[in-house]
Amino acid sequence: MLAFIVRRLLLVIPSLAGLLVLTFFLIRVVPADPAAALAGENATPAQIAEIRRQYGLDQPLYKQFGVYLTQVARLDFGESAYSRRPVAVDIKQRLPATLELTIAALVFATLAGIPLGTLAAIYHNRWPDTLLRILSVGGVAIAAFWFAIELQLLFAMDLGWLPLRGRLSPGLTAPPVLTGFFLIDSLLAGRLDVFTDALRHLILPAFTLSLGGLATITRFTRAGVLETLQKDFVTYERAQGFPPRALIWKFVLRNSVVAAVTQIGLLFGSLIAGAVVVETIFDWPGIGFYTVQAILTADTKVMLAVTLLIGVIYAIVNILVDVVHGLIDPRLRDDG
Amino acid sequence: MLVLAKFAKDKPAVLGGLIVLMVVGIAILAPLLAPYPGDVSASHLLMRLKPPSWEHPFGTDNLGRDILSRVILGARGALMIALMVVGISMAIGVPLGLVAGYTHGWVSEAIMRVTDVFLAVPQLILALALAQLMGPSLQSAMLALTLTYWPFFTRIVYAETRRLSASLFIDALQCIGAGTLRILFGHILPNAISPIIVRATIGMGFTILVAAVLGFLGMGATPPDPDWGLAIAESRQYLPEAWWFSTFPGLAIFLTVLGFNLLGDGLRDIVDPRLRRSR
Repeated sequence: MLAFIVRRLLLVIPSLAGLLVLTFFLIRVVPADPAAALAGENATPAQIAEIRRQYGLDQPLYKQFGVYLTQVARLDFGESAYSRRPVAVDIKQRLPATLELTIAALVFATLAGIPLGTLAAIYHNRWPDTLLRILSVGGVAIAAFWFAIELQLLFAMDLGWLPLRGRLSPGLTAPPVLTGFFLIDSLLAGRLDVFTDALRHLILPAFTLSLGGLATITRFTRAGVLETLQKDFVTYERAQGFPPRALIWKFVLRNSVVAAVTQIGLLFGSLIAGAVVVETIFDWPGIGFYTVQAILTADTKVMLAVTLLIGVIYAIVNILVDVVHGLIDPRLRDDG
Repeated sequence: MLVLAKFAKDKPAVLGGLIVLMVVGIAILAPLLAPYPGDVSASHLLMRLKPPSWEHPFGTDNLGRDILSRVILGARGALMIALMVVGISMAIGVPLGLVAGYTHGWVSEAIMRVTDVFLAVPQLILALALAQLMGPSLQSAMLALTLTYWPFFTRIVYAETRRLSASLFIDALQCIGAGTLRILFGHILPNAISPIIVRATIGMGFTILVAAVLGFLGMGATPPDPDWGLAIAESRQYLPEAWWFSTFPGLAIFLTVLGFNLLGDGLRDIVDPRLRRSR
């Protein structure tokens, strides 16, 4: 098992190296004047010259790449032109907000998607199945930024049931940072009022973010359940007179969710990307909102750091999915 | 005929096909269908932010322009962007996939590793970063979307080519001395065309969606273009009073993308029995 994990880790090296080359290419070769791009919009010629020296932009490309690798290895991405603080500090502070939102969306998509997919399989090719198919294709077709605005319009502005934006109401102070997740930190601090408020703020953004994942998990669960229903052991149990409903929940589902579990892992990456849009609409203080601010203000250093971060998260999630699979199904370990 | 009969039985796919036909028709006839075709650039400040009525079924926007007209006129831009992006992505991605799939060696390896790297970063973030680095404009947005979409075609064509080049009829062609180009474009490509069409259909919907995000964030179309994403961005200051301002352009995006996705979904079932839903 250990050898399998190590082998999986080694396989990531080429894609991470490729990611480094791609991001290097993006900031050093695509812009007409990389130093000006890195310095930001309001930089003086002296500042631009300083950046040029600091990043070795007057040297040949291979040397620049060496400088770049050293900076990335030290997590030294410089100072954000937007917040005037080190990029690494900003990201460290904002990452928990995004993770809390993403995990909440993933949990909701799983809890709703598996029963819905099972339902579609039970009513195979009848109207609930067709309806769920149109809904799940629709969930992927909806523009998240528009859906978020419509939800705000209805639940926050018209009905006033849920807060419009942010992570907490203005009157409340954030709980002391232990995990950075407001829901967990507030409970640890024994602040139920903060917990409720944070939860109310989480509902609309997490629901918006979960739509794409919900559709995917529904479809994969449906396919898995349909496949399992054709297996011999199911026919045997049914011939024994086992009630079909109980059979589904007791035996079929357990054998069917493996494909859906893979999808849950892979979805995590796409949810982080979706957070870029959702956080912008709900003023959620995570890395998605930060990314959009950086892109709109042409803050190249932040764009670089965030692209790398998301690429690395993608890679880690892929390894985790493989390792979990190896744990569930030992046959997969050998071909690594 | 068999394919058409199968397709006709698949109600959601037929619905998708009808939606796509309708949107294409609207896009072609847009200047004739729009009740106020001049509202691309005209403004009527006295009529600003009027709710839906007989004269303006979708209401008017912050400059008094008819939203129904602008939604109709916007269909053309959305489809044009998607067609360009998907078309150019195919022109880049398909030949690369054919070469990488048919040959064995460093060229093939290099193409597939580059493809992997592009697929390792979320398309939206890469497209946003590229569009900004090239200077925000509609051209940059289209170029950025193309640069991030071609790897999807390469990946599919690569897999199909690898599968096909192991089959007997390709061996036979090689034996009678058929040239590589003839085998690739005359025999492998026609056999790999179905998954390419499916991917392109789904890609149309996907591109319209991502292009709308770029427009919404101010990285694509510029005022006064009747762009759907841009209209939603402009509407945000006038909420909650002018709910119609954001709602109708968003519905247009939703309906168009839904049409392409339902159609692509149905086509995939027909051309790829391995993925058939009614398994």
